[in-house]
Amino acid sequence: MTDVIVDERDFELTINGARVPVRGAAPGASLLQVLRDQLQLTGTKGACEEGECGSCSVLVDGVLMCSCLVMAASVTDTAITTIESVARPDGSFSDVQQAFVDCGAVQCGFCTPGLVMAVTDLLNQQPHADRETVREALAGNLCRCTGYGRILAAIDQVISQRAAQ
Amino acid sequence: MTDLQLPPRQRDVLGTSPTRPDAPAKVSGAFAFSSDLTADGAVWGATLRSPHPHARIVALDVSGALAIDGVRAVITAADVPGRNAYGLIESDQPVFADGIVRFVGEPVAAVAAADPTTCQRALDAIVVTYDVLPPLLDPEAAIDPGTASIHPHGNVVRHQRIVTGDPSVVGDVVVEGEYEIGMQDQAFLGLEAALAIPDPDGSGVELHVATQWLHEDRQQIAACLGLPEASVRLVLGGVGGAFGGREDISLQVHACLLALRVGRPVRMHYSRTESFLGHVHRHPARIWMRHHADRHGTLVNIEARFVFDGGAYASTSSAVLINAVTHTQGPYRCPNAVVDGYAVRTNHLPCGAMRGFGVVQACFAHESQMDRLAAACGIDPLDIRRRNAMVTGDVLITGQPVTSVAPVLRCIDETEALPLPTQPVGGDDHPFGRPGGAGLTSDAGNIVRGIGYAVSIKNLMYSEGFDDFSTARCTVDDGQVALKYATAEVGQGFVTIAEQIARSILGLDEVSSETIDTTVGSAGSTSASRQTWMSGGAVEGACRAVRDRLLSDIASERGVEPGRLEVHDCDVVDVVDGWRQPVREAVRGRSFSEEFIHRHRPTVRLNDLGQGECHTAFAFAAHRAVVDVDVDLGLVKVVQIATAQDIGRALNPMSVIGQIEGGVAQGLGLAVMEEIVQVDGVIRNPSFTDYLLPTIADMPPVEIAMIEEYEPESPLGAKGVGEPPTISSTPAIVAAIRDAISQAYPMARPLTRVPVRPHDIVDAISNSR
Ligand code: FES
Ligand code: FES
Repeated sequence: MTDVIVDERDFELTINGARVPVRGAAPGASLLQVLRDQLQLTGTKGACEEGECGSCSVLVDGVLMCSCLVMAASVTDTAITTIESVARPDGSFSDVQQAFVDCGAVQCGFCTPGLVMAVTDLLNQQPHADRETVREALAGNLCRCTGYGRILAAIDQVISQRAAQ
Repeated sequence: MTDLQLPPRQRDVLGTSPTRPDAPAKVSGAFAFSSDLTADGAVWGATLRSPHPHARIVALDVSGALAIDGVRAVITAADVPGRNAYGLIESDQPVFADGIVRFVGEPVAAVAAADPTTCQRALDAIVVTYDVLPPLLDPEAAIDPGTASIHPHGNVVRHQRIVTGDPSVVGDVVVEGEYEIGMQDQAFLGLEAALAIPDPDGSGVELHVATQWLHEDRQQIAACLGLPEASVRLVLGGVGGAFGGREDISLQVHACLLALRVGRPVRMHYSRTESFLGHVHRHPARIWMRHHADRHGTLVNIEARFVFDGGAYASTSSAVLINAVTHTQGPYRCPNAVVDGYAVRTNHLPCGAMRGFGVVQACFAHESQMDRLAAACGIDPLDIRRRNAMVTGDVLITGQPVTSVAPVLRCIDETEALPLPTQPVGGDDHPFGRPGGAGLTSDAGNIVRGIGYAVSIKNLMYSEGFDDFSTARCTVDDGQVALKYATAEVGQGFVTIAEQIARSILGLDEVSSETIDTTVGSAGSTSASRQTWMSGGAVEGACRAVRDRLLSDIASERGVEPGRLEVHDCDVVDVVDGWRQPVREAVRGRSFSEEFIHRHRPTVRLNDLGQGECHTAFAFAAHRAVVDVDVDLGLVKVVQIATAQDIGRALNPMSVIGQIEGGVAQGLGLAVMEEIVQVDGVIRNPSFTDYLLPTIADMPPVEIAMIEEYEPESPLGAKGVGEPPTISSTPAIVAAIRDAISQAYPMARPLTRVPVRPHDIVDAISNSR
């Protein structure tokens, strides 16, 4: 991370591989606010804006973070990855996205982008994560609709598909 | 006739589990939730709220806010052109407080400005001078006629008695208890959000909003705006969960008023803290019950008293109360009863609909009582429930016969038969497996495992004479099916079911749903477990009407009686001569459009003695909870939930499972985690840091048995499945905790409130060591 310039309103971010200018951000704006309000990247959601729900999850230099807790002007020298980049270049879904669709892991879908980010990151780090590891890793991603059962089923599907490859 | 060779395909008809049509957009971030919507030239709106539970507004000075650069409008009660009041049952809640504020969070003014930061500065610059009044916070005091009214409509929203049989009957065995249920929040993840777009000439407005009931919103909004309903158009913005919390108006009128005032689109979003203040909650309740049984455990009389704290405004309190009192007996026969129920106003946060709607509270009380009764009779808790289990044809304490399929015994038996967890007591070595989780790891040696059961009955759809209907239109054009309905998709999956219905009835596979808005008749609310039955019935009726027209056209062309033609799978078939043609070919070049309104059978309002067929249909469920408890620390880990649920017919098994698992999570939340805490009328935990929701680490596996007994009264044979999982899961968990405690401390006092907090467990065992 670079030096923090708190009042910076105009800066550049690297998002999903592209350098994008940000103009007129509110002083101290969070990365979540800048993504959604300045850059119209609304796939990243906010349900608490205090680090409790995980619906705003993004990768910053490959590290999963709550974008609501990251000041946008402090991550100008990082590579930011959002839900908009998870699908494959040809537009088809990643195996994690497809598993969420297939397994009924989506109801209202508000938690879904954050969970897709978190699950993608987890299974990249730990391809054979056991159930307790999964539960520990995802304890910061709230879902109010599903009770998490079908989300676990989706994760199981990805793990077994990858193991079979 | 050409013999079209179609590849064999899996058809997404009723009974299968197709993927949701909106899932691709939701997993890619492209789905437009109401908070994602914007429009050219849009400005932002925000709300100023009362800091006091009860106060007179002495002066309101908005000049400082108006002077801020970028502020476009500041509006107060004086700027409401129509009726400054709304409400689902009675219009008693002001759009903006007019002279008096009645709860912390009540809207006083709203601003529109270029951006959210400027909105906040404007709110800060509004000067309100309050004369603070003593708040009414005790619901019992609210019942007392001697207490000063906090609202012109009085403090008692509804009082309802039920008297049936001979209420003076005394049983051989009598048990009595007083129960308390805390205030629960729906805590949908997608916060309240709307985009209001004024008509260019200012004569009307289009509102994109996350809601449960577009037409009801429209009616209330139009009255407040002083506009004809036709000038107010509503479009469903993507809804991030609802659970009852979007049945009432929150920001709808404010957003429309601001948009009409500034002549530009207005976006309004609540923060999480504001959301806790801005929507209604589950009623906190105090319930006293006394159960009488003969020495074998057969119920002979129930006495009960309910007090529901509805907070400052009526919302649906009266209907919630009716649900509670009419479900006093639970899924059990009882010939005699006397019940007294009150829903009252206080200066607490307003309460209204939440999944389970009054029955959650009643079930916690009656199931706690059934366990006490079992203990007092020396009978197994399941056996006492079996002995009293209701069957179809039994008459409720309201005099209403249960005509629904009522497989209560099967619910109990099949729940009991589900496998118990294999996990050892105290879990494995992973700290997440223990009470208290990773942070407060219990000593494995202190952990006791308990098992508890609970059973529930829940009315489906609207009650007490409400004209409950849903509308749908089916259009077939050259083989493409388009469904139009105003049914709010809030996450439950109606969009999936609707398309399955069309495929099943029409034999066509290209089905889509049109925009959900007010350009078609009302679908009623997405609540009360009613949409699969009501809107499913409407979609089915519309599709049948199209099919009938198609078949009669073909019949007249072929010169046969229309009754000979049927749709079998994807073919039109003449059942007499065996002629068949794929529907896709048969509809080529034809178009049909039919609308259908589905109504359920009429209901009546309860009379003064609580008698009358006020409900339509019922669904049943049983839950078993297995918990590990560190009794000394008061920590609980729910290890497993098992449930057998009466669902009529699984139209989409994966959706049913999703509803059950999600509903159980909310029942678990109420059992051991979730409570809005108010002190002196001020909410103390309006955030996800302080209001705890079950995480993936808190949720145990859920073992499910779906009981499919076709419900003849339902258009598709299916019952609503959303609410029962939230109802009896809570008392089952508490019963399991009591079981664990009593193993360690046989003299412990029984737990009588939810959520069960660690200190409740510690209190229960104090003096019993
Ligand atoms: S919005 Fe960032 S964690 Fe909830
Ligand atoms: S699907 Fe609604 S919050 Fe997860």
